[in-house]
Amino acid sequence: MTHILSFTLNGAPVQALVKTSDSLLDVLREKLDVTSPKRGCDSGDCGACTVMLEGKAVRACLTCALTVEGKQVVTVEGLSHNGKLQPLQEAFVSHGGSQCGFCTSGMLVSATALLAKNPHPQRHEIAQEMSGNLCRCGCYEEITQAILDTARKGD
Amino acid sequence: MNQYIGKAMPRYDAQGQVSGKVRYVDDIKVPGMKCVKVLRSPVHKGVIRGLDFSKAMAVPGVVGFVTAQDIPGKNAYGRFQDMPVLAPDNRVRYRGEPIAAVVAVDQDTALEALSLVEMDIEEQTPVFDMFEAMKPGAPLVRHDSKSNLWVHYPPDITEVTMVKGQVDQGMAQADQVIEGRYSTGVQDHVPMESNVSVAYRDEMGRLVIHTVSQTIYAHLGMLCAILAMPMSQIRYIGGQVGGAFGGKNDIHTDHIAALAVLKFGYPVKYRLTREEDLQFTTKRGAFVLDFKTGVKKDGRLTACRIDIWHDTGAYAGMSPYGLEKCAMFAPGPYDFPHIKVTARTIFTNRPISSSMRGFSVINGQVASEIHMNRVAEALGMDPWELRFVNAWRDGDHGVTGYKVRGAGALEAMKKAAELAGIKLPEKLMSMSSRGRQAS
Repeated sequence: MTHILSFTLNGAPVQALVKTSDSLLDVLREKLDVTSPKRGCDSGDCGACTVMLEGKAVRACLTCALTVEGKQVVTVEGLSHNGKLQPLQEAFVSHGGSQCGFCTSGMLVSATALLAKNPHPQRHEIAQEMSGNLCRCGCYEEITQAILDTARKGD
Repeated sequence: MNQYIGKAMPRYDAQGQVSGKVRYVDDIKVPGMKCVKVLRSPVHKGVIRGLDFSKAMAVPGVVGFVTAQDIPGKNAYGRFQDMPVLAPDNRVRYRGEPIAAVVAVDQDTALEALSLVEMDIEEQTPVFDMFEAMKPGAPLVRHDSKSNLWVHYPPDITEVTMVKGQVDQGMAQADQVIEGRYSTGVQDHVPMESNVSVAYRDEMGRLVIHTVSQTIYAHLGMLCAILAMPMSQIRYIGGQVGGAFGGKNDIHTDHIAALAVLKFGYPVKYRLTREEDLQFTTKRGAFVLDFKTGVKKDGRLTACRIDIWHDTGAYAGMSPYGLEKCAMFAPGPYDFPHIKVTARTIFTNRPISSSMRGFSVINGQVASEIHMNRVAEALGMDPWELRFVNAWRDGDHGVTGYKVRGAGALEAMKKAAELAGIKLPEKLMSMSSRGRQAS
């Protein structure tokens, strides 16, 4: 069974022909060619596909595509404006918050959602809020520093 | 050049990573691209008596199957050229061994086709334990071999032996001899990006393969042999790897994707799901290590006898190479006047073992360091002191006779103690890697 799905992606209206069984990740990657959310585990464990849905960080692989009808979805492509990186993205670069880069999109989305909710997080709050995003290269400390630095400069 | 030294430079691809612009292999889409999936052995060991694709071929959207008969070149690859691409002789030696590949319009169709393949497989008795596998009369993992031991030096030497001095003489000089057995288990690399290939023919007729390989030139050579093609006809494009950690030192998808393109002409993607990647790719193999160490009352080591057994699974991967590294460094960074290390690589019907970070050296180090603590305990000596007394100094010799230069264990330990807020006695702090007489 196929449906026409309409929602707002990074500020622009989009439409896609989707199957009932498609996840939001399937639609973003395969139908709309938005490839920053990564298919790390496809089972909600790794966080590499994290996107913002109505301002909240969600796993695109566990989100049934049809449930985003009419809603706002933001991916990393939508974080920078006119090619200008956001302070959090700049901080990831300067602190070495990425090595292979495969987890980076999901990390940035989760961290953006965290800072929106809590502009001055403590270390333990960052560890708690970011615990659903795995990095196998081992950049956790650098990512934590990047988030703390962004929060400090946001004053 | 000087403007870079001592400065923290941003990664060359960090801007692309944080803006979602970096293209990994799974992000590549080619018009008309089909999906490849692989039929794998459901048993740990068996002989395939019959394989019928007719029901699977009837599924709308199925292009066809690739089998061992479709391989134009060599059906073997790897550092020791012993891993088949697709089961070559109707025999399977581990659960998940590739038998055939299906090409279809999408993943759902490919999986449906695989579920309809009728396979008559005669299950045989597997062996999973290294020590069971070495017993006379044990089931052979490789039906055409004499035993389950890898032949390190043809025609028939199955043991790697490294000797320095006379180990029996060293043990006789010891006041105490301490023994211990240590084992390390199987581990997967779990890079965030699972193994994936995109392959197609370009406008010049050349085969293009987008790869996640971390050993690109070695793999290109292997692909030339499998596909019977010269390097000039293969564009092997890599460089953007979503983590590897040794797990992408062996080909997992490139060869099968390439064979699908050669047979059917369509562009293809072959991507392992996380479950497939965990179950079917190479692992860090299991080790068992026996240590026997001779020591004087004052803590000076006199001799070390080490026995190593390494489980490589059903094929060699890079294990025999890793085993030599393990044997060479298992005594640890300590000066033993007498050492003997004996090591073997053993086949079992488990998944293939190959390289992973530290490449088998650390399996020896884990055992060596735990054993050093036991030696210290037996002597009633502080474990720091035992290590300070015996750590390599410049000019000491390792087991294969290599001379140690630029030794730094003592300085590293002093720094570690300082950072941990531990005050070491002056006797230890005055020691230096530059020479033993200083102590």
